[in-house]
Amino acid sequence: MSARAQLLLSVADDELILGWRDSEWTGIAPTLEEDVAFSSIAQNEIGHARALYELAAVELGTDADALAFDRAPEEYRCAPLVELHLLEWAHTIARRYLYEEADRVRIEALMRSDDAELAGLAAKIDREETYHRLHAEMWAARLRDEPRFRDAVEELWPYAVGMLEPELRPELARRVGKPSNSLLQAHERGEHTPELQELWNEMTEVRRSVPGAQW
Amino acid sequence: MIFEVFRQEKKGQAFAHAGSVEAPDAAFADAWAREQYGRRGESEALWLVPRDSIHAVTEWADEFDLKYRRVDGYSIKTRLKEARERAGTTPP
Amino acid sequence: MDARTEEFLAYVQDGGQVEATDWMPEEYRQKLVKFIEMHANSELMGVLPEREWILKAPTLQRKLALTAKVQDEVGHAQLIYRVAEDLGKPREAMFADLLSGKAKFHNVFHYPTHTWGDVGVIAWLVDAAAIISQKALLKCSYAPYARIMKKICWEESFHILHGRDVILAMMTGTDAQRELVQEALDRWWGPLMQFHGNPISRDEDPMWIWRIKSQGNEEARQQFLEGYVPQIWELGLTVPDPNLRRTGDGVWEYSEPDWAELKSVVTGHGPRSQERLAFRARFLEQEKWVRDAVLAA
Repeated sequence: MSARAQLLLSVADDELILGWRDSEWTGIAPTLEEDVAFSSIAQNEIGHARALYELAAVELGTDADALAFDRAPEEYRCAPLVELHLLEWAHTIARRYLYEEADRVRIEALMRSDDAELAGLAAKIDREETYHRLHAEMWAARLRDEPRFRDAVEELWPYAVGMLEPELRPELARRVGKPSNSLLQAHERGEHTPELQELWNEMTEVRRSVPGAQW
Repeated sequence: MIFEVFRQEKKGQAFAHAGSVEAPDAAFADAWAREQYGRRGESEALWLVPRDSIHAVTEWADEFDLKYRRVDGYSIKTRLKEARERAGTTPP
Repeated sequence: MDARTEEFLAYVQDGGQVEATDWMPEEYRQKLVKFIEMHANSELMGVLPEREWILKAPTLQRKLALTAKVQDEVGHAQLIYRVAEDLGKPREAMFADLLSGKAKFHNVFHYPTHTWGDVGVIAWLVDAAAIISQKALLKCSYAPYARIMKKICWEESFHILHGRDVILAMMTGTDAQRELVQEALDRWWGPLMQFHGNPISRDEDPMWIWRIKSQGNEEARQQFLEGYVPQIWELGLTVPDPNLRRTGDGVWEYSEPDWAELKSVVTGHGPRSQERLAFRARFLEQEKWVRDAVLAA
């Protein structure tokens, strides 16, 4: 697998798994208005994953659904941050906030890529992410003085660090106002949490029930 | 705070009242209303207005004849007929 | 009935529209709030049987579509609760009454889902039954409610098409998939036939008298059968009612639905009634601090 395909799958898997986690809030978010808005974010993330998979699928000779559903859990390239099951609002918003900050650093790097296709898709994703960032910032400002939220951000910070390539991490620290020594601890991409297996079991249950079927 | 939502479906059209959202401020109202009224690309634009900012007008003085300001206050049929007869231009 | 109320009744029966700030008889307001509240509760509880399938959707397209459908139901709940709130009942009070069992939600949302077949049947047929009632509400005498029904009906039409697409993919798939659809249909038929309520005459139905509803229960059920039984039969599916048939004059005959089951279910004794209310209560309780933080202006 080329470095390009590996990169595409890392970003796609992050968006798929986080979108999957975020979609779980549909129907049970704290307010009905927020429920509708949050569900759109989850759908956008799945949409980004699909576009990224489609790009990788050309090189790998397969299709987006096969990449999303038919690999074994250990073959996914997502970061531990997105795998965590956080069905609690303070942690959910803390993850949204940190993910958007890290993802922004990553997308900006991709937009500078010489690979025109990749840079173009990154720019498209970036334009939709504008609204995700506004949403995350809005909540972060509102919950700024809430200990539950602040504690969750601290707890998830090493996971956010692990989302990025090492050379991008200082920029992330700078943007969220953390000192450079806060980068020492990171939950690195490459080692999956047990939660990914559980997620994968549920995510692929129907698909595996009639292998190869059209749905 | 209740924000009333006014929605413009296509450019050039009037903004019509479409519903309301409860939100603590304009930022939340924006984030929430745009998804409730625009997630399918069905709206050109939205106006979000705090309910308290709306001054409703519902009572009218309806005492005297106002028809002189309206089309249905005019009936020219008879006079037009007479004027045509006088000018000899009555249609066959 | 006092003169003012009589005048109001004649006004709505003549097609008159009522706004939130208009005077209305107390009986009308109470019946309206109760009806609207049950509709809002139904949208809110209706998301629960479907949302677990979001997580199990077998393709990216189906996952997006199902998430969007459930999102629409939440959006409908928001629209409908807002109308009830403007009639004077706070949202928290409506949630409390829902969880205590004082307020009800429609029968279909008290039943379990077992397979992806249920996902198709619910989106295709349960939403179809609902849209028939909702189209009739477009003419509701209470204008704020009639107005939101436009958006609701427009969004529901995508749900039915999505549901039919899910069903068709399975019906043109494997034998195992076709069996999933038939099995789900066999389970959902009873609740579907009960959905529009027992056939009380329109003139005895306060909802019709006040022109809150613009059609009787049996009229709605006949519309459902006329529209959807042909769609079911043309796929080679069977309906688990040997007495179901269309008579010469276009009236559908069928086995008497189990009205005792309907009553038992809507009063909270359905197979999933308490479990779903408990689930709803758990998240309302868990996230109460968020509402306190965000709704304090």
